[in-house]
Amino acid sequence: MSTFRTALLNAALTIEEQKPWPRITVDADTWRQATLAIATGNATLSGLWAEPAAIHMAVLDDDDGALMVLTLATSDGRFPSVGLTHPPAQRLERAIVDLHGLVPEGLPDDRRWLDHDRWGVRAPLGAGAATSADGAPYPFLKAEGPPLHQIAVGPVHAGIIEPGHFRFSANGEIVVRLEERLGYVHKGIERLLTNTTLEAATKVVARVSGDSTVAYSFAFARAAEAALGVGVPQRAIWLRALMAELERLANHLGDIGAICNDAAFALMLAHCGILREEVLRACKTAFGHRLMMDRIVPGGVTTDLDDVAPVRALTTRIRQRFPRLVELYDNTTSLQNRTVSTGCLSPELARRFGAGGPVGRASGHAFDARKAPGYPPYGDLDFKTAKREDGDVNARIWVRIDEVYESLELIEQIIDRLPSGPIAYPLAPALRERRVPQAGGLAHEPRDSATEGLAMIESFRGDVLVWLRTDETGGVLRGAVRDPSVFQWPLLEAAIEGNIVADFPLCNKSFNCSYSGHDL
Amino acid sequence: MRRMLLEGLFRRSVTEGAPTVSDAEIEALAERLGMAAKARLGRSLSIREIDAGSCNGCELEIHALNNSYYDVERFGLRFVASPRHADVLMVTGPVTANMREGLERTYVATPGPKWVVALGDCAAGCGVFGKSYAVIGSVSEVVPVDLVIPGCPPEPIDMLKGLIGLVEASVRG
Repeated sequence: MSTFRTALLNAALTIEEQKPWPRITVDADTWRQATLAIATGNATLSGLWAEPAAIHMAVLDDDDGALMVLTLATSDGRFPSVGLTHPPAQRLERAIVDLHGLVPEGLPDDRRWLDHDRWGVRAPLGAGAATSADGAPYPFLKAEGPPLHQIAVGPVHAGIIEPGHFRFSANGEIVVRLEERLGYVHKGIERLLTNTTLEAATKVVARVSGDSTVAYSFAFARAAEAALGVGVPQRAIWLRALMAELERLANHLGDIGAICNDAAFALMLAHCGILREEVLRACKTAFGHRLMMDRIVPGGVTTDLDDVAPVRALTTRIRQRFPRLVELYDNTTSLQNRTVSTGCLSPELARRFGAGGPVGRASGHAFDARKAPGYPPYGDLDFKTAKREDGDVNARIWVRIDEVYESLELIEQIIDRLPSGPIAYPLAPALRERRVPQAGGLAHEPRDSATEGLAMIESFRGDVLVWLRTDETGGVLRGAVRDPSVFQWPLLEAAIEGNIVADFPLCNKSFNCSYSGHDL
Repeated sequence: MRRMLLEGLFRRSVTEGAPTVSDAEIEALAERLGMAAKARLGRSLSIREIDAGSCNGCELEIHALNNSYYDVERFGLRFVASPRHADVLMVTGPVTANMREGLERTYVATPGPKWVVALGDCAAGCGVFGKSYAVIGSVSEVVPVDLVIPGCPPEPIDMLKGLIGLVEASVRG
């Protein structure tokens, strides 16, 4: 265990029953020290969420990828701002202000974020005071001077994409500042994960971001299983990874085509679109749903794979066709002219924001939740983490290309070695005879029978975090999810600076952040 | 690139035949639309997509309509960039409080005659999200809906059936 985590454990007031990583309650001083450690790069901020009288911070230890959750009780509704010293936390804290009404002391940005003055209520998860729902103008940050002009885009965009607003300040064609305004698709997911059944929560989490439905269901199932102390059959574990890799494959193929299309190179989109469709059709054949929605549930999976032949045929076909497309991309100078050196994200920023997925890995931040913290069956599988250093659109395309090959590799290994047996264990008996976890040196018995679970899963976009607190009957008391986009959206603002307005779609697509996953 | 383009000329097309839509379905739809749009539209529809709160699952499948397997443009169906160019608004998601104005203004900006397609279970009835402080309700609670295509998300083939039905119905209407 790293000195960072040891120090935190020693400073803990209590250690709560959370699996598989501990949750510790701390005082304000330890909270500040942890914030400082994150800000100086000794650990990565992985999540920040609230309850009516407490705030939780998930911290990732860069040494071994282990997670830890810090909890600070807030009797007066105030807590020391993490965003004050560590900017990646700012939007998360603004969301906490909007939803819970807690006050991060020192937070430099006091503008509302998810709350657009449309709900008719303030702090819906907190005090919930009624207010008007007329909408309020948003004070965008200023960029002023004689040659500057503003371009407002969205929330309804020109393409088939999710809603969000982009405000460009441009000097001629050059973007001087981009500011995002998000929150348009806020659906109240945190409230939907409060005092509900496991079944209802499973369905909601599967729809946090539709393109990552497998990853979210995977993460939710693991968090629930950790909290409830439920095991999963071997076959289900391997089928989950198979679905996760098929999802990654489909999304990366779609993204590679779509990025090139945003540089007006439609041929790539046409060919990648065919391959993506073939993946989705194979998913439908194999698991009965094109996006494999609701296939992973706590306890296992709902659909067995009767025949691996369609999946094998799919990988064979993609292995035949895809290298030609890569060659096409690599040899088309007019396309490379658009992607190389466009939208550069510095390695320093990628690391500081803990950017996961292709966005981080294209800027040298080689974090991959499948490797560390890691989860089964990936420890038994042989694969490499793609990494590039340039941080431009081209690097993000190449990371996706490399990951297509790695996913093909993984899919083939999985179907070669797929264990036989049941695909799910029933939850009910496990809930009745819940095993009381072994208390360690500092552990103490929980006051009630609530148990907690935390899980991190690598989606095609990066690491998805799900936290869950369940009661003794398996009901969900409270849940929180964190999408990789949360830490990637702010980086898009940085990457576009100094580029031309016409390259924004290209940059945006190469990030491909989720609006729904961010807005919740 | 030249080799790929050349091969494309000789390879068999992956595009599939049109799905069959029953006459009864079209008649029912034509009756529901009940407007003489034939002269105005002929056999083509321009579609503007609006995400009013979706999880983006529906958007993925709408995108698939444009791939070579479904090739939606051969039916005269085209996705356009502006509501000013649209005949049809295809709306996904439960309508969030934060997107309500966006949806209403897009509807107003669309010239008549216009139709609204509520796409997916969320657009049809809020799906798993339900009404809350953040969710106003289904699409029909904000703008008038002419056609509902259910599913979570609906498969491209179901969308295609619904849209072809809409084209046929508008011709007969």
